[in-house]
Amino acid sequence: MMLSRRNFFKIMGGAGASLATITGNSHAGESAETFDSFGCLVDITRCIGCRKCEVACNAHNKLPHQDFNDMTVLDDYRRPDWEKYTVINRHHGYPVDDVDHNVHIYVKEQCRHCVKPSCASACVVGALTKKKNGPVVYDEKKCIGCRYCMVACPFQIPAYEDHNPVTPRVIKCTFCYDRIEQGKMPACATICPTQAMIFGKRDALLSIAKKRLKNNPGKYIDHIYGEYEVGGTSWLYLSPVEFSFFPELGNKPPPKLTEMILSGVFGYAAAPTSLFAILGAISWINNRKRSITLNEVSGREGEEK
Amino acid sequence: MNGEFAPVRGRFWTTGVKVMLVFMFAGAIALLARFFGGLGYITNNNDAYPWGLWIGVNVAGGVGLAAGGFTTGAIAYVLNRKQFHLILRPALFTALLGYTFVIMALLTDLGRYWNMYSPMINWNFTSVLFAVAICVMISTTILYIECIPIVAERFIGNVNLPPGLRVFNTIIDRLLKFANNTIDKVMIIVVIVGIVFSCLHQSSLGALMLIAPSKVHPLWYTPILPLLFLMSAIAAAYPVVIFEHLLIEKSLDKKPRMDILTPMARFMPVLMGIYLVLKIGDMVSRETYVYLFDGTAQTNAFLVEVIFGVICPFVLVLFQKVRKSPGWLFFTSCLAIFGILINRINVFIVSYSPPYGGIYYPSIGEIIVTIGFISTLFFVYRLGVTNLPILAVDSEEKAV
Repeated sequence: MMLSRRNFFKIMGGAGASLATITGNSHAGESAETFDSFGCLVDITRCIGCRKCEVACNAHNKLPHQDFNDMTVLDDYRRPDWEKYTVINRHHGYPVDDVDHNVHIYVKEQCRHCVKPSCASACVVGALTKKKNGPVVYDEKKCIGCRYCMVACPFQIPAYEDHNPVTPRVIKCTFCYDRIEQGKMPACATICPTQAMIFGKRDALLSIAKKRLKNNPGKYIDHIYGEYEVGGTSWLYLSPVEFSFFPELGNKPPPKLTEMILSGVFGYAAAPTSLFAILGAISWINNRKRSITLNEVSGREGEEK
Repeated sequence: MNGEFAPVRGRFWTTGVKVMLVFMFAGAIALLARFFGGLGYITNNNDAYPWGLWIGVNVAGGVGLAAGGFTTGAIAYVLNRKQFHLILRPALFTALLGYTFVIMALLTDLGRYWNMYSPMINWNFTSVLFAVAICVMISTTILYIECIPIVAERFIGNVNLPPGLRVFNTIIDRLLKFANNTIDKVMIIVVIVGIVFSCLHQSSLGALMLIAPSKVHPLWYTPILPLLFLMSAIAAAYPVVIFEHLLIEKSLDKKPRMDILTPMARFMPVLMGIYLVLKIGDMVSRETYVYLFDGTAQTNAFLVEVIFGVICPFVLVLFQKVRKSPGWLFFTSCLAIFGILINRINVFIVSYSPPYGGIYYPSIGEIIVTIGFISTLFFVYRLGVTNLPILAVDSEEKAV
């Protein structure tokens, strides 16, 4: 391989420039952090475990038929899965009333629609997006089925249609995005007979929650789950007992670190371009030495032949 | 460089090859089950454990072990050590096979594999996986370009298409010549671009699990995980080249080229040492050593990874005797390969504990597919070196 010095730099320069254009605009984008978005406040003290929210969710989202009158399902701990966007779970063993009776509580599970969602940040193709008004929605047309969103989700929410060989989808609560767009409430919040969940702007819900904490001393523990967890979630919870049934999470949005690393490595193509330049320089120096040695070698080989 | 490389003549159908054929067949059947029954039909993955053996070994392990291509390119072209040109082709060819199989393995694990082109249209710049996907695609393309001379050398002046297509003989011959000449002129640029993109995706692969701080065990969850991934891949690269070289030469009754392998092994302690210092330093600075002896499966896996996969090969390869002996060098390389493989398994599977519990063990089907893929890779490698000018010709053979 013989390269004149000028040619070498011409090609190197061209390759470097095209590298810069490929990776130039790849610094992490900020997703809209709107506290003006919608949310839901779940007051666990009010939930009676009637499963009406599951019924409404099932009907509105046309999910597979189930028997919602069967209350024995509450005996087992359940997770949202490919046929359920939301489930109610019963948790036992909390001595909370005045005479230390063991009472149980009912807790609704569904996507929390994080303010800074890990799933949407992680998704290779942007199939999951955070809408300005709150919901995190999924677009199956873009999805390649890598399931990285499921790895990323701190609440273990996205489920997968594992049994579907050709067109499996990621399944999760949509926050009834279609209904919210029409100015309606999500199906589950509409039907709740005890108003255990109320729908509204997130900041309004937060002030309601804080008012309830203030006006009912002893009724709740002093913690609004979702106010700060993973940078805040659209769904907020008030509980009479410690949130031991939910994962213990930090207040930093998890995508912060990965997006920082990405913009550090790829931002303005600085790192790749400088690596390219350094390697280019080293090989240029070595190449000069080499052409000298090569000439010697070929000279010797010529003698042998 | 003509005449330095040649297809190896030797018995192709050894017992080992026949056994591999059986594994390949079993793997193919298991894959049929996956494509007709769905992922849930054959894998143990579920909503709690979306990723399993196929991502940990076939994809992450495969990418890590395929680093031999760009690192050998680096010493052969950038550092310009002429002796390593003799080993560049097998290293590039192994890397090419590695990446090709990673992509095929990924296709089997993707739920919507037919939508594979989606990342090329739908870009998400906040996604680590997007960065990995694009850089892996570019690196694979680069490897194919780097391997053009292997095919060109074999077929230039030798193109012999079946009757009916013979008219194209001259055209293809000219195309090959043109491609070969072009590559020859720009090879160093191609190699450097390959190094850059390989470094990028090796490191970003390590950033994948950082999105799930609450699920990954603190022994592995560190902001420098991308750097650790890059360094461990580079440290394991020469062991991989040495491993496959000693294996194929043993199996095809060739003499091991210790005149190249021993100098190559001299890079190993340096690279492994850097990795070891980073890994231990990270543990000390984050004070995660408090977990070390709590006896859980996770910390034991960490100990196995560091002691047998990093410290042992590092200490062994410090000895000149080890570097000069084919047997010892093979053993040391095996340890280093085991080390990076177990690290990827640990990071992607063992360290991962979802909030709502459960345990993941790979299913028989998953294991069969993985073994099938590895066998196919070895088989195609053997096909390659027996039919294409990949391995360097021994000076004695040349004389005969």
